[in-house]
Amino acid sequence: MITRRDLVKSAALSAATFALSGETSSATPAPMTRTIPSSGEAMPAVGLGTWITFNVGDDSVLRDECADVMAAFFQAGGRMIDCSPMYGSSQPVVGYGLERFRQPQALFSAEKVWTTSANDGPAQIERSRRLWGVERFDLVQVHNLVAWEAHLETLFAMKAAGQIRYVGITTSEGRRHELFEQIMHAHPLDFVQLTYNILDREAEERLLPLASERGMAVIVNRPFRQGELTQQLESEPLPAWAGEIAVATWAQFILKFILSHPAVTVAIPATSRVDHVRENMAAAADPLPDAALRERMVAYVRDL
Amino acid sequence: MAEWWTYRPSDFLLFSPRVYWRMFELHNAAVWPLHLAMLAVGLAFVLIALRRHALPDRWAALGLAALWAFVGWSFLWGRYAAINWAIAYVAPAFGIQALLLAVLGARGIIFGRRDMAGQVGLLLAMAGLVGYPLVAWLFGRSWSSAEVFGIAPDPTAITTLGILLGASSRLVPLLFPIPVLWLLFSGLTLRTMDDAQAWIPFSAAGTAVVVVVLRSVTRRNKS
Repeated sequence: MITRRDLVKSAALSAATFALSGETSSATPAPMTRTIPSSGEAMPAVGLGTWITFNVGDDSVLRDECADVMAAFFQAGGRMIDCSPMYGSSQPVVGYGLERFRQPQALFSAEKVWTTSANDGPAQIERSRRLWGVERFDLVQVHNLVAWEAHLETLFAMKAAGQIRYVGITTSEGRRHELFEQIMHAHPLDFVQLTYNILDREAEERLLPLASERGMAVIVNRPFRQGELTQQLESEPLPAWAGEIAVATWAQFILKFILSHPAVTVAIPATSRVDHVRENMAAAADPLPDAALRERMVAYVRDL
Repeated sequence: MAEWWTYRPSDFLLFSPRVYWRMFELHNAAVWPLHLAMLAVGLAFVLIALRRHALPDRWAALGLAALWAFVGWSFLWGRYAAINWAIAYVAPAFGIQALLLAVLGARGIIFGRRDMAGQVGLLLAMAGLVGYPLVAWLFGRSWSSAEVFGIAPDPTAITTLGILLGASSRLVPLLFPIPVLWLLFSGLTLRTMDDAQAWIPFSAAGTAVVVVVLRSVTRRNKS
């Protein structure tokens, strides 16, 4: 008898094959892409976050599960994996998965610098790079604006020297938006990362329009409020009109809402499950809701 | 960092409950059958405490010191710090507690007070030693994730507090803060994970603090 575990293993093996070749599965349509404004590079609109889900320490069983998630992500056409030195053992776990699949060509590595000491920034980035096992990071962001002035100076110098490709800043859960906006005005950032979902919409007022105006790519973190949102909604029925945007689950409902904002480049849901990563990647597809339907989606969730 | 008030305990929880409890399973598997020896050592500490003799009491304090050092090094530093970077700053506190216990042992200590504090302490020590390993089963988890005195920090802290409540020495008050603070930290972690087990470390820490305060008030009233 074929068990669910056998199916997952089998899927992981085939995913590994695709990851090695850097191709997506022929059975899976390629995800919708967005353009990074500062370079014109195409980026699949759904990435992979690692907060909590990849912090599994030295647990070899859970490390393999994370590697399976990464394999399924690449198989579905994903590129961006986002991590931070703050996320416990997530960095070595990402490195483990990448080593297992011999550094997938599709990878877009998004890291962060997170230290109050300006002098420690370069050493921390180098330590992170070794843990990932990559030649260089594609993107390094100043995590939660910690020591942002000094770190931005470092990151722009690294970009000029070709040691990283893009520079960004991050915030989460609506914190320090005023300062965030000031930095966006003052510095030629490639990426900004912030929290945005169907309930947390503060970014719509100033940050998302400003990102469009300044030509900055937007990474959306906490799309599901760390799973709370999907858990709250799972007992509620999807509206009948969800079929108009090809939505089968609440996770896809929320992701399609996020991706339909014109300023959003990529959303990075975190998961430790292969079926969820596939479900998330499937949301990066047309049709997306128009402005009227977006309002209807907000009203529906608000009234539940 | 500005806006500290916007943070909730859950913002500092870096791992999932599944990862947390598997950490105990892996650690138990790695050190088995040390559990049996630790239970025997713990019972010996309690028996020594009941007998009230300075010489074995001194060795009990030194033995407790060794266990705190072991738990800090093997569990906190060797395992927990991998999923929670804050533990790298907490583990040395277990070393400090070990040093304090060793100093106390070297200077002389007598356990086994027969007053109210000593009796509550005996109950607390037995709860940490014999009761705590049952908690995993009571809360629907596998036996393999059981927390055992001398191996996991919570039962070690609870049993230590129980033994210390029955101790007589001017230095004893110095030995309460680290186990109490650890239990509060552990209870907060469990509470943030929505685990009902959180009330156990909170209650143990609260009991120890209340007994120490009551004893101190009673002493003051007598003098």
